[in-house]
Amino acid sequence: MADVTVQDLSQVAIEEVAGRSLWADARHRFLKNKAAVTSLAILAVITITCFAAPYLGLRPQDDVNYDMMPAAPPDFAAGYYFGSDDNGRDLFVRTLFGGQVSLTVATVATLVSLFIGVVWGAMSGFIGGRIDGGMMRLVDILYSIPFIFFVILLTVVFGRYIVLIYFAIGSVSWLDMARIVRGQTLGLKRKEFIEAAHANGISTWAIVWRHIIPNCLGPVVVYVTLTIPNVILTESFISFLGMGVQEPESSWGTLVSEGAKVIETAPWMLLPGIVLAVTLLCLNFIGDGLRDALDPKDR
Amino acid sequence: MLQYFLKRLGGAIPTLFIIITVSFFLVHAAPGGPFDTERRMTKEIEANLKHAYHLDESVPQQYLRYLNGLLHGDFGPSFQSKDFTVSELIVGGFPTSLGLGSLAMLLALVVGLAAGILAAFRQNTATDYTVIGVSMVGIAVPNFVMAPILSLVFGLWLKVLPVGSWDKWSNIVLPVVALALPQIATIARLMRGSMLEVLRSNYVRTARAKGLPNRITIMRHAIRAAIIPVVSYLGPGVANIITGSVVIEQIYGIPGIGRYFVQGALNRDYTLVMGVTIFYGVIIILCNLVADLLYGVLDPKVRYD
Repeated sequence: MADVTVQDLSQVAIEEVAGRSLWADARHRFLKNKAAVTSLAILAVITITCFAAPYLGLRPQDDVNYDMMPAAPPDFAAGYYFGSDDNGRDLFVRTLFGGQVSLTVATVATLVSLFIGVVWGAMSGFIGGRIDGGMMRLVDILYSIPFIFFVILLTVVFGRYIVLIYFAIGSVSWLDMARIVRGQTLGLKRKEFIEAAHANGISTWAIVWRHIIPNCLGPVVVYVTLTIPNVILTESFISFLGMGVQEPESSWGTLVSEGAKVIETAPWMLLPGIVLAVTLLCLNFIGDGLRDALDPKDR
Repeated sequence: MLQYFLKRLGGAIPTLFIIITVSFFLVHAAPGGPFDTERRMTKEIEANLKHAYHLDESVPQQYLRYLNGLLHGDFGPSFQSKDFTVSELIVGGFPTSLGLGSLAMLLALVVGLAAGILAAFRQNTATDYTVIGVSMVGIAVPNFVMAPILSLVFGLWLKVLPVGSWDKWSNIVLPVVALALPQIATIARLMRGSMLEVLRSNYVRTARAKGLPNRITIMRHAIRAAIIPVVSYLGPGVANIITGSVVIEQIYGIPGIGRYFVQGALNRDYTLVMGVTIFYGVIIILCNLVADLLYGVLDPKVRYD
């Protein structure tokens, strides 16, 4: 009889523990954050519309309509939801295609910065000592460099290869990530399970990859969502100056730059800028929501 | 303190060296040269031009020549603006850029700190939510979107501020506001967060418990500690203002240094691009240094050794 009772109790205990993992907890808190959930929905709509644009039966982005030239205001009956630009092109379609470029840049550049930052920070923190000092000194030096100038120079060097612009932006955005991951690693590396891994003869690289990095995931996820808007901003900044994406391709930055020149006569040409701002706003809300969800002690 | 200052100043030299070296080789790696034009020049003229600017030497040789010039305070001649040296162009544009940038930073500090402190004191009230909401918008809306919108609303619809000229004092209002808005937003958020934390801390409670007037508790104890994250934002903040001023100068047609960088990069004006990069690099390094020194003044836990 006594045996059965003990067994029952242990089962009850297991069931209770299983119900509340860190991630389930975080998801629960995130879903309660109305601003973040709304932002996620809006962002999903924008992203899906942008990438589904070729299949929505809209006119092609280089379709020139002489009746809508130069720059005609929005005309819902004719299907020009954002009006047209100076060349009589459908601004709504151009905004969607520009969004594809901007969002792709955001994803690729963020992945690049994620990879460099996480590996750099984890190695630096885990190895420690003089190597750590040197690696972090380099981060400090890069911090005090006017990095936007370097991105501009890189885009000038690489010219029209748009893929390289992605990498240029990514390769200068990893500094904060490296610092955050290093901080986490320093806290983790004295833990018993790392010591156990050492005792089992696992290589440094494998420990970093299999044990350190997965345990840094929370802050990294938060920081990634905050890197994405910065990357979009950088790309559109460069394109705004006329150095990023080139015609007939467009990004939100180039569209804003075209719109800014004609605000007096065609204020609707700033609509792509509004879409850009809404996207950035959503990403910021999602990032804040994730931070509150994953790191409750911070608030 | 002085020792720490000198040590940090010494540490800035390798940083500066890296800036110079990387930007030099990047600029020279860009395809095309400063004298590529639509019209074909005769070989002799091109050779003479290149010789006059030492472009016929190898890149490492040019690099050493450039470094040597820098050590003598010479940024070299501008390749595109004939008869001007880079120093002359920078000195000519700097007062305008400095005025614009420092007014924007001042505005950002005053408004941002006030809004942040106010929001912290009225946590979870309408005031607080307004500050949070407005600063979210300020962070999310890029200043090259904000600037045209401001011109449209205040210049063209309300007609309270002039746009598209640069001869009156009131011309500077819109550019300064457009430049300052993202910084106001960031500073307000930082200040609100750290103020909330400080107000809950034990030493503020102690100060209140021993009967200090509220004003003195806040001025002497709370704000002094809460402002530290804002001070550490000073370096990146100045960098952001500089970056922003490149676009703002472009949009409002302001004769500052920012536009030189864009023109220079597009025209392969090697020396001009280098000059502006180095110049801004120095400013950012100095601002970071000032921020580090301010920590010591504000935070008794920081020791310089």
